[in-house]
Amino acid sequence: MAVLLLADHDGSAVSQPTRSAVAAAAKLGEVHVLVLGEGAAAVAQSAAALPSVAKVLLAEDAALAHRLAEPVAALLVSLAPNYSHLVAPASAAGKNVMPRVAALLDVQPISDISGVVDADTFVRPIYAGNALATVKSADPKKVLTVRAASFDPVAATGGSAPVENVAAVAGEAKSSFVGAEVSKSERPELTAARIVVSGGRAMGSAENFHLIEKVADKLGAAVGASRAAVDAGYAPNDHQVGQTGKIVAPDLYIAIGISGAIQHLAGMKDSKVIVAINKDEEAPIFQVADYGLVGDLFKVLPELEAELAK
Amino acid sequence: MKLLVPVKRVVDYNVKVRVKADNTGVETANVKMSMNPFDEIAVEEAVRLKEKGAATEIIAVSAGPQAAQEQIRTALAMGADRGILVEHDGVLEPIAVAKILKALVEKEGPTLVVMGKQAIDDDMNATGQMLAALLGWPQGTFASKVEIAGQEATVTREVDGGLETVKLALPAVVTADLRLNEPRYASLPNIMKARKKPIETVKPADLGVDPTPRLSVLRVEEPAKRQAGAKVGSVQELVEKLRNEAKVI
Repeated sequence: MAVLLLADHDGSAVSQPTRSAVAAAAKLGEVHVLVLGEGAAAVAQSAAALPSVAKVLLAEDAALAHRLAEPVAALLVSLAPNYSHLVAPASAAGKNVMPRVAALLDVQPISDISGVVDADTFVRPIYAGNALATVKSADPKKVLTVRAASFDPVAATGGSAPVENVAAVAGEAKSSFVGAEVSKSERPELTAARIVVSGGRAMGSAENFHLIEKVADKLGAAVGASRAAVDAGYAPNDHQVGQTGKIVAPDLYIAIGISGAIQHLAGMKDSKVIVAINKDEEAPIFQVADYGLVGDLFKVLPELEAELAK
Repeated sequence: MKLLVPVKRVVDYNVKVRVKADNTGVETANVKMSMNPFDEIAVEEAVRLKEKGAATEIIAVSAGPQAAQEQIRTALAMGADRGILVEHDGVLEPIAVAKILKALVEKEGPTLVVMGKQAIDDDMNATGQMLAALLGWPQGTFASKVEIAGQEATVTREVDGGLETVKLALPAVVTADLRLNEPRYASLPNIMKARKKPIETVKPADLGVDPTPRLSVLRVEEPAKRQAGAKVGSVQELVEKLRNEAKVI
């Protein structure tokens, strides 16, 4: 039986974490991608162009416009009989919907997998990534979310899968969308960026956080933050990197004024190269950093910006 | 309006866990245990709703070993009114906990269940969504703000691009994210008072739930350790190394 993958998208194309989830799903069988929303035909085309996608299912319906958990789960459950695995990236949307789907199918979901051993057996991090558990599911169907940082995304082009329309499941709407405050940024998306520059509590204020942004812009990088910096209001919530925020694994991660609590390390320790800049030379972040620089960040950041401009 | 608040006993968030030598799990003997931090936030939210007059009674529930009474007591000291311990010594997966909670919801009749978005031990992030599904209730996950007005809850959610606000018809399940509130410390008089608050003990079987796990853990390993690298002396040296040695910029 095939694998059904619920895509994340921005209204024009599937997200990079979705392409990573396709890479994981392809290890399990023929991949069908479910695209849903209103006016999502372009997204369906982007999904059809992914290599190793055999079919795209497109569900366009006003009830699915904001991808609320209840109608999305109902649709996935209606499609489930044809599939052995139901998969989504472990994004906010995937984490919201997939356990709901699993409960409706009487299945224990397997969240945030970082490895596929076989069709029933998966590796997933537990305890903020301080341990990796290999678990085997006894359920007849598997419901999975995929840690995007653990799988290289498939290419954005190369495939040409057919697109089929599917209908939403009619049901009583018990929840409704009120509004969204979406952070607007010209910078790359945090979970897809090749370089991430993150700031911690030591930045001291939201104004000072602009120093991070200036360095990020010199590198074409995304901006991240520690939980402490987000809690203090220096950076918006969607910047948080860590156990309960975003998990990133860029080529280069620059941690500035971040001490390195295990909850933060959980979100970035799989980065290829880690740089730590901190005035406390005992900070735990240095234990995972490839390059460490001890210094006052208010002096270092302008210097770094100038040096990168050279 | 009654509130139900599930709380989980987990290894304290400050403890650096160790994988057991035989790779069957992580060491939990003689390790400090606490209430899951996200559940503390959920308890705090419930207590604030009661203080505002939006709720009349808070029931704290824990499914786990006998010792999970301690976490229920903590919830009672923070302001919950009574506790229910669903005693079980083995592993309880989110699907079992969701079924246990469903049975308790049907028995107790709460209008709102507030719980942590994820437990920091298994990092599943599933039980709230599963409970909502089993009850056929709407869900407001990863909440950073909750407002109750009449028969509706307005929930602001932390999502990947920023924040999203949804309206839920009550009854509903809300799961707490980090910035929903800052939990209070229980005062000594409240800790004393909590000792007198009732805790009822039941077993999963009393609720008609089979807690047999669906997942078998084949192996638990420590992830590959990162080696600490070198300190550099200046910004110039750092940029030079990133350009020519690591070749990442």
